[in-house]
Amino acid sequence: MSFYGIVDGSEGSLKNFLSQLPGVDQVGAEARAAMLATRSIKTTSKRWAIDTAISMVDLTTLEGADTPGKVRALCTKAVRPDPTDLTIPSVGAVCVYNDMVSIARTHLDAIGGQHVPVAAVSTAFPSGRASMEVKIQDTQDAIDAGAAEIDMVIDRGAFLSGKFGLVFDEIVKIREVCGDRAHLKVIFETGELVTYDNVRKASYLAMLAGADFIKTSTGKVAPAATPPVVLVMLEAVRDFYAMTNRRIGVKPAGGIRNTKDAIKQLVLVNETVGPEWLTPEFFRIGASALLNDLLMQRMKMDDGYYASPNYVTID
Amino acid sequence: MTFEYAPAPESRSIVSIKPKYGHFIDGKFVNGRNHFATINPANEEVLSQIALGSVSDVDKAVIAAQKAYTKTWSKLSGKERGKYLYRIARILQERAREFAVLETLDNGKPIRETRDIDIPLVAAHFFYHAGWADKLDYAGMGKSPQPHGVAGQIIPWNFPLLMLAWKVAPALATGNTVVLKPAETTSLTALLFAEVCQQAELPNGVVNIVTGDGSTGSAIVNHAGIHKIAFTGSTEVGKKIARAIAGTNKKATLELGGKGANIVFDDAPIDETVEGIVNGIFFNQGHVCCAGSRLILQEGIADEITEKLKARMSKIRVGDPLDKNTDLGAINSREQLNKINELSAAGDAEGAQRWSPSCNLSDKGFWFAPTIFTGVTQAHRIAREEIFGPVLSILTFRTPQEAIEKANNTPFGLSAGVWSEKGSRILWATQQLRAGVIWANTFNKFDPTSPFGGYKESGWGREGGKHGLAAYLKEGK
Repeated sequence: MSFYGIVDGSEGSLKNFLSQLPGVDQVGAEARAAMLATRSIKTTSKRWAIDTAISMVDLTTLEGADTPGKVRALCTKAVRPDPTDLTIPSVGAVCVYNDMVSIARTHLDAIGGQHVPVAAVSTAFPSGRASMEVKIQDTQDAIDAGAAEIDMVIDRGAFLSGKFGLVFDEIVKIREVCGDRAHLKVIFETGELVTYDNVRKASYLAMLAGADFIKTSTGKVAPAATPPVVLVMLEAVRDFYAMTNRRIGVKPAGGIRNTKDAIKQLVLVNETVGPEWLTPEFFRIGASALLNDLLMQRMKMDDGYYASPNYVTID
Repeated sequence: MTFEYAPAPESRSIVSIKPKYGHFIDGKFVNGRNHFATINPANEEVLSQIALGSVSDVDKAVIAAQKAYTKTWSKLSGKERGKYLYRIARILQERAREFAVLETLDNGKPIRETRDIDIPLVAAHFFYHAGWADKLDYAGMGKSPQPHGVAGQIIPWNFPLLMLAWKVAPALATGNTVVLKPAETTSLTALLFAEVCQQAELPNGVVNIVTGDGSTGSAIVNHAGIHKIAFTGSTEVGKKIARAIAGTNKKATLELGGKGANIVFDDAPIDETVEGIVNGIFFNQGHVCCAGSRLILQEGIADEITEKLKARMSKIRVGDPLDKNTDLGAINSREQLNKINELSAAGDAEGAQRWSPSCNLSDKGFWFAPTIFTGVTQAHRIAREEIFGPVLSILTFRTPQEAIEKANNTPFGLSAGVWSEKGSRILWATQQLRAGVIWANTFNKFDPTSPFGGYKESGWGREGGKHGLAAYLKEGK
């Protein structure tokens, strides 16, 4: 087997490749992210950024208390974020647990949301602590129910104990299950990997194993999608593109709650990998509360004042 | 559709610039006789008329400083002096935006830097030295170290207010009084600082500011009533000052030119190194005496770093210094732009390869695109002479010893940088480098607690930190 002609998938070849990656200087990476956070995005560029961010939101509900009713409401909002303004784009996807996929898909199709894909979290999300058989079946179920995107978690325990081959094999197997039917997003849970060096290694591991997207977090662990973590992942997809000519997407998820944070993410993308990544095809933001703040900021740009939260729908 | 940042200009309405300024002597603004224009280098707009200080203006300022020294300032306890410094620091913080906008207008540097770096550091220097004022017995200079008297201070145009703070804060904390001359092209923030001295009710004559050109500076250096000279500027002028004060009793600190070596080993953290290279040479348009203007790359990674550096340079936003998203502002003066052009042309003529990203540079004002030269060797002028602009010379090395030899093979010795993920290599390299300030895995970071100064032709003495106090004190018993 050969993966992009770079590794053969063996533990040895992976260790070899990952060990020659340059380190990440923590202070420097954080300073760069902090500097980019000072960009001042106003007027026309702010409006463009808000609409672009809306189109990139993976509108998410991942609660034990999720019900069909809650998921249908989320789908309605995903297609028409503001029912009073149809110029607002639909979001990037709806992201739910495995058992909610068919409910979401059916409802989206029924309300004219055929263009909105359903993403399913998979492989024993969020911990990833299950047998490979279970993880494969979990993924298969979601795809059969209509998921076009699979958000899998890596085995952080294996990663942290240096078993890169194990992590790699799991991603390869899930990639096989997805085949042509579903896009694969690989979640690292960066809050558990802790160091930027680990984030860089995990990024390459996932990209080489066939990920379409690399994703920061489950949303269940803090810290999640901090700007320096996203910066390091963007650098990885940029350099991977230079090596392989293949563009991998990035999905920050967790902790991005307001427009300001979302625009900071877009600035990171713009100045690290460039405008080619500024589409929902290559950049998504996993969030739930963010969408309403984007809508309220958009209303403010039209009306000149901040409306009460009652002027946007809660779900 | 691409993500174009709409203009985000900082409002200039917060500053009010008078049409004409005089000097600040004995706590009052006094009229000057002859004036010259100070302009905004970004668009050549005349901002104001600055007084050209004469020998007699300097004389009045020195007399005021002497009087203040003997009558008030030397009689105050350190604790009381500290109170004034704390008050100045707080006022500077309160008026930070005003200072940042004015500095950007007069100097051409981006508002992001004046707002986030210059002015916060200015306040930090006053806070830091305020803390020392009542603790000088513990500065390692014996019991009750004494001030010199009147300090004559001459500062450059690259960090106008910050260099003022580096000079004025330690002088006042140690009990000296001051006659300061700002640079010819950047006097406005120093004159606004004079207002802060009034607002803080600093006793008259403790700080005196005489504006002017080289002749004014020379009058300060040669005045018999000055006990100590503090100068930041070119090595050429530094040498003149050294000659002028030779054989006198005057003490001096000189902070002069540099040609900083930024050494990158092949185990460096690549992405952060590229950021550090950019910060080393393009920060403040390269108008930095400690700029990392010689990049010395290990051959095995030279191509990769150069390519990544070019990609990163294409993202540098050059333009209106008042726009909050500008990274690289205007060159400070036509004279400086001519010098940068002259040395860059020498780089072309001597066979180095020039590269710049495409940028739209305004026809008005003084502009120079961020530039690198590859294929540079030790024998090129652009590897030896200080350009003081956004121009980087790239050299390569094969062994660590060769890197150190190249880095030290210069008449200067102000700054250096080392990039490696290997701690032992960093410690080894920094011990071999002959430079006053060495950064490891970062560049151009400043802090009032850290002494700053040069080896060889980069200067005498240190400024900042405990070591910086020594320049303003006579050893106690």
